[in-house]
Order: sequence, then C-alpha cells, then structure tokens
Amino acid sequence: MIVVEGLVKKFGGNTVLDDVSEHVRSGEKVAVIGPSGSGKSTFLRCLNLLERPDGGKILFEGEDITDPKCDADAVRRRMGMVFQHFNLFNNLTVLKNITLAPARLKIMTETEAEESARALLARIGLPEKADAYPSMLSGGQKQRVAIVRALAMSPRVMLFDEPTSALDPEMVGEVLDVVREVAEGGMTMVVVTHEMGFAREVASRVVFVDGGKIKETGTPDEIFGAPRDPRLREFLSKVI
Amino acid sequence: MTEALDWLARQFTITFITGNRYKLFLTGLRNTLIIAFGAVVIGTFIGAVVAMIRVHSAQSGKLRALDRLCGAYLAVFRGTPIVVQLLIMYYIVFAFIDNGISIAVLAFGINSGAYVAEIVRAGILAVDIGQTEAGRSLGLSSGQTMRLVVLPQAIKNILPALGNELIALLKDTSVAGYVTVKDLAQAGENVRTLTAEPYFSLIFVAAVYFLLVMGITKALRAVERRLARSDRR
Ligand SMILES: Nc1ncnc2c1ncn2[C@@H]1O[C@H](COP(=O)(O)OP(=O)(O)OP(=O)(O)O)[C@@H](O)[C@H]1O
Ligand SMILES: [Mg+2]
Repeated sequence: MIVVEGLVKKFGGNTVLDDVSEHVRSGEKVAVIGPSGSGKSTFLRCLNLLERPDGGKILFEGEDITDPKCDADAVRRRMGMVFQHFNLFNNLTVLKNITLAPARLKIMTETEAEESARALLARIGLPEKADAYPSMLSGGQKQRVAIVRALAMSPRVMLFDEPTSALDPEMVGEVLDVVREVAEGGMTMVVVTHEMGFAREVASRVVFVDGGKIKETGTPDEIFGAPRDPRLREFLSKVI
Repeated sequence: MTEALDWLARQFTITFITGNRYKLFLTGLRNTLIIAFGAVVIGTFIGAVVAMIRVHSAQSGKLRALDRLCGAYLAVFRGTPIVVQLLIMYYIVFAFIDNGISIAVLAFGINSGAYVAEIVRAGILAVDIGQTEAGRSLGLSSGQTMRLVVLPQAIKNILPALGNELIALLKDTSVAGYVTVKDLAQAGENVRTLTAEPYFSLIFVAAVYFLLVMGITKALRAVERRLARSDRR
C-alpha cells in the first residue's frame, strides 16, 4: 500500500532520514520505535507530505506522491493522521471538528457527515460532547475525538504520531483502547509509539529507527524477543 | 466673577456662533471621520492581503517575488514619515488630481496597510502550527485551512491591535491639513486665526479627538468581551 524507496529528508545541513526504504502492506499494523530525535516523526510526516522529502520516492496505492505534479491534498484525504498534541480545531465544536473536512470536501453532505460524526462519537463513548469545545475536554477525550476526526474521512491508512505521549498516565488506556479497536477493524496503520507493551500486542510488524535509518524490522516476537542490532538491544534495555 | 463669565460667553460666541463657525468644526469632523474610516478600510484590506502573501510564502516557499515586493512596501511606508508620504502623494503621484480628501484617504490607507499587515501576520503566526497541520492532514487546502481554522482564531489576536491602529490613524489624520484638507485640526486652526484667540478653538478640537478615541476604545472593549465569551477556551 505504501512503498518507500531511498527516502532522504534534510533540515538545513542535518540529514534526518538517510536512505530509508520500507513497504507497508494493506492491513498491516506497523509500530515505529526508536530513540528521541531518530527521525520517527519526520518519517511519518513524509508519508502524508507534511514534510517534503528531499530524495527518494513514496508510492501510495501505486501513485508516486513525491512527484511534484501529484495533488497532495487528494493524497491526504486518503490518509488519516493523529498528532501527539491532538490539534483539535479550537474554534470549532467537537461535532464540527469531525464534520468539517468530510462536508467541505464534499465527501458527504452536511447531514450525512453529522450522522456519521454522531455515530463515531457514540463509538468512543462521547456522544454528549458533540457540542462541547475542545477546551472543555480532557486530554484523553481530545485524542479520542482526534482519532475519529481522522476516521471520518474513511482513510485507507492511519498514521499515529505518539498518540499517548502527551497524556496523563490514567488517560493512556482509554486512547489505546480506541487505537486497538481501529486496528481490529482491519485498518492499515503506522504507529510511532513509546508504548512497547502496546507495540508488542497490536503491531503486526515493528520497525526500529535510529539515526535516520531503519536498523531492524521484524515481528514483535523477533524485535522484542531476539533483537539482533546492538543499538536496538541497548534501546530496549532502556525502555523496558 | 461676572467678568469671567462675560469672557467665557464672548469666547464661546466668537468661536462657534459668529459667522456660523460651528459649521467649520462640523465639516472638519466629517472630513476627519471620512479619512480615518476610509483609510482603515483600505488599510485593513491591503494589510490582510499582504499578510496572507507573506505567511503563505513563508510556509510554502512560493510567491517569492511577491513576498519581496510586500517586504519593500512595508519597509518604505513604515520607514518614512506620514506627512512626507502625504505630500508626495498630493504633489507628485496624484498631482493631476485636485481632491485632497480622496488623496488623504488613499495615503493614510496605504500607510496604515503596512502596519496592519504586521498586525495580521503576527496574529496568524500566534496560532499554533498544529492547527494548520491538522487541517492539511485532513486534505483541506491551505486556503480552506486558513479561512476555516486559522483566521477565526487569529482574529482574537488581531482585533485589539487593529483597534489601536484605528486610534493611531484617527490622530494621525490631523496632519491632513498639509494637503489643503479641512479636517478637524485644520478647523481649529482656522477658527483660531479668525478669532485671534487660541483657547476655545484648540482645546475644543482636542476634546473632540479625545472623545472620539474614548468612544472607539469603549466599542473595542465591548467587541473583545464578546469574543472572549464565544471563546470557550
Ligand atoms: N522542522 C524541523 N526543522 C529542523 N529540524 C527538525 C525539524 N523537525 C525535526 N527536526 C530534527 O530532526 C530530527 C528528527 O526529529 P523527529 O521529530 O523526526 O524525531 P523523533 O524520532 O520523532 O523524536 P521524538 O521521539 O523526540 O519525537 C531531530 O534532530 C530534530 O531536531
Ligand atoms: Mg516525534
């Protein structure tokens, strides 16, 4: 579904992604782990072109999205993204947060979008928050809304950038439950996470990034049970 | 005591009544308001457009040439005195037009646009970049994200500063007399000459400016309160 070939991203003279290749297949749940500053977020943000790659190619459903002629907005409509800091639209109610893009982009009518949004809110147990503003929600509630806001576009793939790392510990569970539910629904997912337990449980494959390179990739059992790369071993010994 | 009252009555009469001089003040007030509000409309329009161009250029790397032009505009109009700009407009750029008020509206509007542009730009940049990224990640265009998400939040940062700009502008228009406009300040000066008495004419004019500024300040406070109420953050 997503094929990354020789991806390079630089910020000024700083090479943050150095010749990264990766293939995310339909239905896969890929967990991306690695030390802080290793380039995990940058990798994820390149996938939906929030960052413009400086080299290499990204194919999404067969289309070269790094081609300058490619319509980035159209690509992003088929990719959902969940941010570490939620980024709910502060000026809009929860319901409008969810319906804005589907309705504006004419993917649904206003009424359909609203019905679908209410159904999604019910699914995450927040039907009564439809008319609340983001400021009135807890961090965990915000992130659950942010997840369904992305889902409302019926994306082909969901990208999560540390969806729980800005949350108070007691709210991590409720958000992971929603992510897990999305995974069980068969969604293709790429999840940058520091939650090793979660990666182990939900991921079908784990990718270890270090210094802008993918150092090792494998099933959770392989990565957590029998890590080969010395940097990965060192990393795991610190985080587990 | 009666002497003082007599003096006051006489001053009042020669300042406002004799020769219907109150009409000079009314005309002056009208012209001042036309220039200030005309200029604020032009300035807000120019400022908003320039700010959008600069923000868009900074975020996307496009429109480089236009961005440079905007930068030059800001530098020139913020870097020279308004009176000089006004004189250049009247005697050089629009020398073929003999309508001081229109030229003053234009000159003050273009000048104000340079300040408004920076106000709007700062207001937009104060909105968390995550708001823009969330909008774009959903497939909204940069224009839609700006209009539906960023600007509604930026307006809360922009409005108070824009109000201060209106107040500054209103007072700045008191130099419109340089290009033969009979504005409020000019009316005071005119009557001062006619009556050969400075007290009433000048202090009256100062009081009118003061009341106008107070009125604008009050109106702005009310608007800000309204915004704060809808802003359930
Ligand atoms: N917009 C930017 N401009 C300049 N440098 C950046 C930018 N974004 C990221 N970087 C740099 O790129 C490197 C990788 O950053 P990235 O955010 O991808 O790391 P990460 O693996 O997600 O780290 P973390 O676990 O802390 O989120 C870092 O050194 C960071 O300072
Ligand atoms: Mg990161």
